[in-house]
Amino acid sequence: MKKLKYALFTGCTAKQSTPEQMMSTLAVAKKLNIELIELTEASCCGASHLQDYDDFLSLVLNARNIAYAEKHGLTMVTICNTCQLNTAMTKHRLDNNAELKAKVNEKLAEVGLEYKGTSNVIHFLYAIIDDIGLDKIKEMVVTPLSQFNIAPFYGCHNIRPSELQNESHNSKENPYNPTSLDDLIIACGGMTVDYNEKNKCCGFHVELQAPKTGAILSGNAIAGAMDGNADWMVTPCPLCHLKLDTQTKHSSEAIGREVKLPILHMQQMLGLALGCPSDELGLKHHVSKVNFI
Amino acid sequence: MSTHKITTQKVNFKVFRFNADVDYLPYYEDYTMEVTSEEVVLDILNRIKWDLDGSFSYRRSCRHGICGACAIMLNGRATLACKESMNDMIELFGNDITLEPLSKKRAVKDMIIDKADFWQKHDAVSPYLISDIDEYPEQEHLVSPKQAEELDDADLCIQCGACHYACPVVEINDEFFGPAAFAKAYRFEADVRDEAGTDRLIEMHKEAQGVWDCVKCFECAEACPKDINPIGKITKLHLMLFREGVATSTVASRHAVGFKNSIAKHGVLDEGTLVLYSEGPAIVKHIPVALQMFRKGKIVLPWNMPKSDNLDEIQKLVKSSSTAKF
Repeated sequence: MKKLKYALFTGCTAKQSTPEQMMSTLAVAKKLNIELIELTEASCCGASHLQDYDDFLSLVLNARNIAYAEKHGLTMVTICNTCQLNTAMTKHRLDNNAELKAKVNEKLAEVGLEYKGTSNVIHFLYAIIDDIGLDKIKEMVVTPLSQFNIAPFYGCHNIRPSELQNESHNSKENPYNPTSLDDLIIACGGMTVDYNEKNKCCGFHVELQAPKTGAILSGNAIAGAMDGNADWMVTPCPLCHLKLDTQTKHSSEAIGREVKLPILHMQQMLGLALGCPSDELGLKHHVSKVNFI
Repeated sequence: MSTHKITTQKVNFKVFRFNADVDYLPYYEDYTMEVTSEEVVLDILNRIKWDLDGSFSYRRSCRHGICGACAIMLNGRATLACKESMNDMIELFGNDITLEPLSKKRAVKDMIIDKADFWQKHDAVSPYLISDIDEYPEQEHLVSPKQAEELDDADLCIQCGACHYACPVVEINDEFFGPAAFAKAYRFEADVRDEAGTDRLIEMHKEAQGVWDCVKCFECAEACPKDINPIGKITKLHLMLFREGVATSTVASRHAVGFKNSIAKHGVLDEGTLVLYSEGPAIVKHIPVALQMFRKGKIVLPWNMPKSDNLDEIQKLVKSSSTAKF
């Protein structure tokens, strides 16, 4: 299989609150013969909150991150939906506004960098599906997940706004009926759970300022998956993961029903199917215990 | 002579039915129809009423995508019925289509909902130009094309309610203004003739009802049939709150500012310090979850906090590019 090579933008959580996501990304990349060049110079993407306070600074910082991927001459892959959104949104704005691009480049020139617009920005989920292909992944599965009902949880920023997502690889994704994660579950030999909340918001971004709203949204999501008879949930977003994995007490209280399921990162699910050793997938780092291994 | 060929295909419709005067619970009626490639969703609503069941009710008026009356949910997607082609919807969802009102809990009769909450929130944001106008001006109050561009198409809203009822926060928080009201507030905040200035913005800053309770899910942007992008307006209102000095020190405003502080120090986000900065003494309520996370190796202690390579570059850019004040 041809070796794929990407510039990896880890985001912040993979180095802090979701170490298992970083571990499983590297494990899966190794199995799939993908070379990842980590962008160690990258800054935080602003996570949609810096954008509320200082829009221009967020553009400059995200453009700087992409500029480093461009220096490597590589497509940037992200492993966080919100990093994907903020980086892709920056790219979209700069590629479609020469005046803004010039202003940003004026700043980047102060540190010897330039944003050209030559590197694409895609989420790892879509890099895998589009560049390797589901058929190939299916061939590589050594431990089919056939005994599991798996509930996909897409996360907002990978599927909306669709016009932005259409600019990257996932042009076929329908935000009202997304299929990529379901397809990956099936390729891994698992059975997908169809439930209303799979393309809804987890509430992560209001966890501090509106905790009740956040807790109801995440509670509803887990409840929907449980009602669909899910054994576990899987998500491509570490922020969704954090909300669903660590806040189950609040979620249960908010919706008046006990909700708890193992919540796996997309990379962990794929790693299990590809036969990665479980210690390389970081399953012990979950708060909602992964009890089926 | 046109060579365009009209095609038909069979579509199964599952239609929400409810009459608040006689029904205790809603139910669904199934209809199967041959749908032509020329039809829009409104044609189907018309055919159900005209050909199949005269009691079926829905709102319609202009049929030109401008009155906003005929917005419904189609397979969970907010849809302006007169604008959406059935062909596109079949391509998106296949041949099984569910038609429902924008909000099932506000259903009055079939597709018709009580939009009182929508209009109350619309009214609450002072949705008009506030200006001390000279009754006998000597010249017109001109708005330049560049100034008009600042409205960013917010004036194109047809108040159909698609974004409002697609918003998950509206669904669970009765106080939340919702994306349509925010887009309307922005429309006047961005108007150079408007003088309400901070008064309207103060409402936008309030806990529970204001912009800080937006979950950033982009459902509103996806739902809007006029491509107004309400969440884009919500972001602009956030920025205005800081620019105009309206943003007071709250968990939400500190949370936004904390990102800049953290990036300036580490390049990457310091998650623990951000929560402390945002919450202040209230951080104690997070201790049980933090302890669970710590036990699972999910909390990085301050002395192990990672930093971006070439941090000096980031710090230089933060210093030279940032103009925001708090």
